[in-house]
Amino acid sequence: MSHNKKDYSAWWYLLPATLVLLIFHILPVIYSFLLSVHRGTLKHPIQHFIGAQNYLDLLEDSGFWEAMINTVFFALGSVPLGMFFALLVALLLNQKIKGLGIYRTVYYLPVITSIAAVALVWNWLFDVKFGLFNQLLKSFGMSPSQWLLEPRGIFESMAQAMGFGLPDLLHGPSVALCSIIVMSIWKGLGYNVVIFLAGLQNIPPSLYEAADLDGASVWQKFKHITWPLLSPTTFFIFIMSTIHSFQVFVQIFMMTPFGGPERSTVVAVFYLYEKAFKTFEFGYASALAYVVFLIIFILTLLQRRYVGERVHYGG
Amino acid sequence: MSRSLVRVVKSFLIHLLLIGGAFLMCFPFFWMLLTSFKSPAEVLEVDTWMPQPKYYLQTEAMEEVQVRILRHVMQNTVEVELLRKREPLRQVLLSDLATKTWLFSNYPKAWNKVQPSFGRYFFNSFLIALLTTLGQVLTSILAAYAFVYFEFPYKNALFTLFLATMMVPQEILLIPNYLVLANLGWIDTYAAMIVPWLAGVFGIFMLRQFFQQLPREFYDAAVIDGCSRLGFLFRILVPLSLPPIVTITIFTFLGSWNSLLWPLIVTNSEHMRTIQVGLSYFAQSEGTEWELLMAASSFCILPLVIAYFAAQRFFVEGDTASGLKG
Repeated sequence: MSHNKKDYSAWWYLLPATLVLLIFHILPVIYSFLLSVHRGTLKHPIQHFIGAQNYLDLLEDSGFWEAMINTVFFALGSVPLGMFFALLVALLLNQKIKGLGIYRTVYYLPVITSIAAVALVWNWLFDVKFGLFNQLLKSFGMSPSQWLLEPRGIFESMAQAMGFGLPDLLHGPSVALCSIIVMSIWKGLGYNVVIFLAGLQNIPPSLYEAADLDGASVWQKFKHITWPLLSPTTFFIFIMSTIHSFQVFVQIFMMTPFGGPERSTVVAVFYLYEKAFKTFEFGYASALAYVVFLIIFILTLLQRRYVGERVHYGG
Repeated sequence: MSRSLVRVVKSFLIHLLLIGGAFLMCFPFFWMLLTSFKSPAEVLEVDTWMPQPKYYLQTEAMEEVQVRILRHVMQNTVEVELLRKREPLRQVLLSDLATKTWLFSNYPKAWNKVQPSFGRYFFNSFLIALLTTLGQVLTSILAAYAFVYFEFPYKNALFTLFLATMMVPQEILLIPNYLVLANLGWIDTYAAMIVPWLAGVFGIFMLRQFFQQLPREFYDAAVIDGCSRLGFLFRILVPLSLPPIVTITIFTFLGSWNSLLWPLIVTNSEHMRTIQVGLSYFAQSEGTEWELLMAASSFCILPLVIAYFAAQRFFVEGDTASGLKG
């Protein structure tokens, strides 16, 4: 290097980015914490120190637990199914087929479109009176569903259709939440397909050639080559999808603007939005934000720890 | 069975599955477009998928009203029923009826149904996305340059701090940033939607990686030839780094254009709404006029879809490389 060691001119280059990141992305993390341990007015939210009171209140708040349970339901419903379908499509696309580019473009299309706009389209598909899904159900001679207006659990309503009851614990997420999960899987599928595909293409073809010589079946090749060698990608997608599902907001807001039937689609960030910007309980909402932050932070650490930067930041 | 036959059958099955899946992926878009060309009455008819021919009659008040033909009275005269109007049946000449199948009129209707209009929302979204993108590309270039080509105290500490912001989800920023902007008096301004996003670690990180791969000899040769540091950056480094810059541009623009939560929080007035915010209010006020809602969804999605098909290589690659979702 031709330049000397102590060179402060670098700071001029760093100043714009540093200022923005510091003010709007780093200090807020501290400010948020201060907000969560203080009580105050709208104008001066940090006045009286109240310690962990907001966090203790959260534990007592049934609305909070409802939102956390719904968030976990959302993650459990969308992550494994979304990954399964994405892997299936990626495996099919990886068979050296013609038209790979076209398929990839089509499957990726929902990813780039605005989630607010496509959520409206799904609202229309799910419309109780005239929506397509109920038309199809009727034409197959089945009874229509209330979809986004249905507060009953998915397992509960299935059981009822078959004529028996289920204990409360097994009711599962509401049909309304499941409808949003279906839409979310559709929306995110292409993204996971493209990443799975990149992972599959990194597996050396020589391994499959060797397996072919040994007369391995399709399933054996998948079990002993594809699945283990794909595991960093799988783990990456698993963690990223879980993080995204803990952050879900827009489709909930667009498809059930008031939290759904019997508040059954209120997820963590939706509850946070209501507490912060509907009732303006900034301290309480900040405590809630911190809980969400910690969950996501732990997931991110896991991702960094086990996958690090080697899988996806190749540039 | 011969090997080649097995291969043909296998590839046929794979394509069959993939086409089935592709159909499911596209179907909501087809349905959106089909609905956007239907009449209100047609939307509520459950059995028609494609827009059907519709008959319109000019009334005495110069309104165009959709009618349904009940029966032919004479060869060129029909008896019609006016839809959505409690009026007696009429007998009109067949030639007085206008026939329309695809109702393009839903688009201007939806466009102007909001205050001030979707044109304003488009302008807002475009301006915000453009300035955010320009700003973020510029700050990323400058910062990445400093990280790769300069030695300065606390370099690694600063970079680690930058990287740490990747682990901070947007949710924790909402309230503090809202309060800061409220104190600055920036609520309901463009600045509120642009300034917090003028820098991003994703861009800095990606460009830093790219700069590191370029040979150092370029820099030494340029300095020997009397090129200034800023000159080297903008005349040599930036032109060499167009691929990651394009990726950052698309990624930032897409993220800004599609974001809903932040603009929803920091805007109050109608004329500051972005496309996404406007669409969410439109949906809440026109909840059942599906033909208008689908027209609005269509023209909100259209610009990005066109850009996507024009440059899909960059879209897909950019998102994969980033490991982040738009």
